[in-house]
Amino acid sequence: MKDDKTTPSGTNRRKFLKMGLLSGATTVAGASLLANLASEEELKASGEKIRVLTADGKMVEVDAESINKYPEAHITPEESRMGIPGRKFVMVIDLAKCKNARNCVESCQKAHQLDHNEEFLKIHLIQDHEEADPYWFPKPCYHCDEPPCVTVCPTGATFKRDDGIVLVDNDRCIGCKFCITSCPYSARQFNWSHKPKFDDTSQPYSPETSVPGTEGTVTKCVFCPDMLRQGKLPHCVTACPMGVIYFGDKNEDMVTNGEETVRFSELINDRGGYRHLEHLGTKPSVYYLPPVNRQFPLERGFDVDEDIIERYRDVPFVQDLKEQGKI
Amino acid sequence: MTDLDVRKKELAKEFLPMLLKSTKWSKIWTGVLVGFILWGLIALVLQIINGHGVTGMRDNVVWGIYIINFIFFVCLSYSGAFISGVLHFFNTPWKNSVSRIIEIVTVVSLIIGPVFILLCIGRLDRLHYLFLYPRIQSPITWDVIAIITDLIGCFIYLYLTFIPDFAILRDNSIGAPRWRKKLYKFLAIGYYDTPKQRKRLHSITRIMSAMIIALAIVAYTVLAWIFSLTLQPGWNSTIFAPYFIVAGLYSGVGVIIIIMYLIRKYLKLEHYIRKVHFIGAGVILLVISLLFGYFTFSEYFARWFSHKTTDANLLDTLFNTYFWEFIFANYIGVLVPIVILFFKRFRTIKSITFAAVIAVLGLWLNRYLIVVPTLETPYIPIQDTRPEFIHYSATWIEWALSFAGIAAFVLFFMLLIRLVPIIPMSGIINYEREKKKNSKPLAQQQLP
Repeated sequence: MKDDKTTPSGTNRRKFLKMGLLSGATTVAGASLLANLASEEELKASGEKIRVLTADGKMVEVDAESINKYPEAHITPEESRMGIPGRKFVMVIDLAKCKNARNCVESCQKAHQLDHNEEFLKIHLIQDHEEADPYWFPKPCYHCDEPPCVTVCPTGATFKRDDGIVLVDNDRCIGCKFCITSCPYSARQFNWSHKPKFDDTSQPYSPETSVPGTEGTVTKCVFCPDMLRQGKLPHCVTACPMGVIYFGDKNEDMVTNGEETVRFSELINDRGGYRHLEHLGTKPSVYYLPPVNRQFPLERGFDVDEDIIERYRDVPFVQDLKEQGKI
Repeated sequence: MTDLDVRKKELAKEFLPMLLKSTKWSKIWTGVLVGFILWGLIALVLQIINGHGVTGMRDNVVWGIYIINFIFFVCLSYSGAFISGVLHFFNTPWKNSVSRIIEIVTVVSLIIGPVFILLCIGRLDRLHYLFLYPRIQSPITWDVIAIITDLIGCFIYLYLTFIPDFAILRDNSIGAPRWRKKLYKFLAIGYYDTPKQRKRLHSITRIMSAMIIALAIVAYTVLAWIFSLTLQPGWNSTIFAPYFIVAGLYSGVGVIIIIMYLIRKYLKLEHYIRKVHFIGAGVILLVISLLFGYFTFSEYFARWFSHKTTDANLLDTLFNTYFWEFIFANYIGVLVPIVILFFKRFRTIKSITFAAVIAVLGLWLNRYLIVVPTLETPYIPIQDTRPEFIHYSATWIEWALSFAGIAAFVLFFMLLIRLVPIIPMSGIINYEREKKKNSKPLAQQQLP
């Protein structure tokens, strides 16, 4: 983003962001940051004016270039391969704050029309070694920069975009499942059978939402590019009551969890950010902040339904807790 | 009429009844096999209508016994091509009695095998996308190319070996129905066994036999790469390609011995398929079982000794959840054949066949242990998943289709040996011709 630094508008935005940070950014500021990100081209004024009607009935004149190119419009599978220009999306997950509230999982399920036990985002219970206490570990798709799933796809149904997002085109997928076996993070799911919700044609199919699903094809977390185009944050980010998940643009060096907006590089360097299973060489776009100074006792994560607890029954730590009668 | 023509007539007379007459038992067998295939077809229709949800495959174990059958049959075919190519290329003296069995195994298993990979594919209606939107960096694309090339190569090779017999049958099939005569005439493509034609056919067959050895090695390797090029802890292994070649040969030789036994017994060919053939095949099986055991040991020993967390988790799954399967596949399946085949006095036709059966079953299970436990033990241990999605067990649909595959293999085999004799007549003629040629100079040498 060398260009940005030389243009006056880029500098202005930076100043604005700095001010926003200093004055204690709010949810609104966080959201407006991304609104700004999504419409970067607006700032290069064209001089041509267009009159538009606003929601409250006023006629206003705006620059032709500032019309948002990406409203809630439908993005076709072909367009979805392009990516949002100039972006490199990253996610930072603060493990110190996660208490398995599962709002991220539920909001994701709602947005992507997933059933109760289908999830793009799973919450694992991880214990680094015997001495360490376990911690909750949200695991979305890592949208790797060296994605093994994309390499092995025989039809190009799964692809890596310029903005770093890895998507699956369900119109192209033949369902060979090779991508599922090649993903070391088990981030992908398969639509095993037909479901009535797949027939819902109220919204046209777009790989950016992965809705409606298609029988016999692969699906996964999409980083919600449909929301990003509208200048909004992915559903899991806004749903989290603890602000665990930060999302933003690496090129802009900014991430936000909807409440606070921080510099990505500072966050990673000051707090020891890392990527899971770095040694595999997949270069994920999802970073983790280590679970230091944890804000919640681990047990808070078991304030969930019985069937959710059942999902952790193979974890040795959970078995111990059950023996002690704590859950 | 030359001696050779007389001999051809004799052979045709000997083998024609096998082609033309069906016995009571062959009818019953055909009925049973067709029954199995129909059962499999019902399962297939159910799977197509209801989707892959009817199988035991789920988000973690996305490939089940279908892909194991796929590897099993395709490796069977590659090993058939490999062995047949070697026998032909080096002109092995006792090859004639078994060469056609091997050739038919090669082609029939190469037809059945890919059907099983198709069963793994969620959207069969989009199969042509593999050619519409091909991506050459995908190992699946390599495999598609390798299998298609191998299939064509094997068909050409099999047909080349059939031509002289088609010619003999065309000239000598007295009392055969008209369609059969017409078919033989068409398939013999004007081959009259003249010295020039014979020489040309021989050199083409020799080139093809060398080519299918190469094709088999390439195809084996690409098949192994489907697994070993991924990052999965149990698959990402440098020895997988040679391991698959050895394992494929192990099952291939095993299946060939079993078929030799069945054909000898039910077609009453004790005169042609003799104990010496069983001993020869048994010794090859012994060598390969030692190699296979060595590879298996190397593979698991390195994982156990270095015990990286992910490898340790995999071994944990293997030795807890799959304890008996592991013992059967990698101990009994290797050691029993070695013991039987190592000692000369154990080498009878029945015991060699028994060793082959153990080897084949053990190998199938070995493949199961390569595919399923690995998928159940990924890098990030399976959590936060509905309990029924964690472990794999095949449903009746999958078993029905697997048995239908085996039934189709046997049925195709039976149909093909009704078309051409299971013992190549032309091979017997060639053998006798060579013997005559060789005996003359010998007699002259003895004169002075």
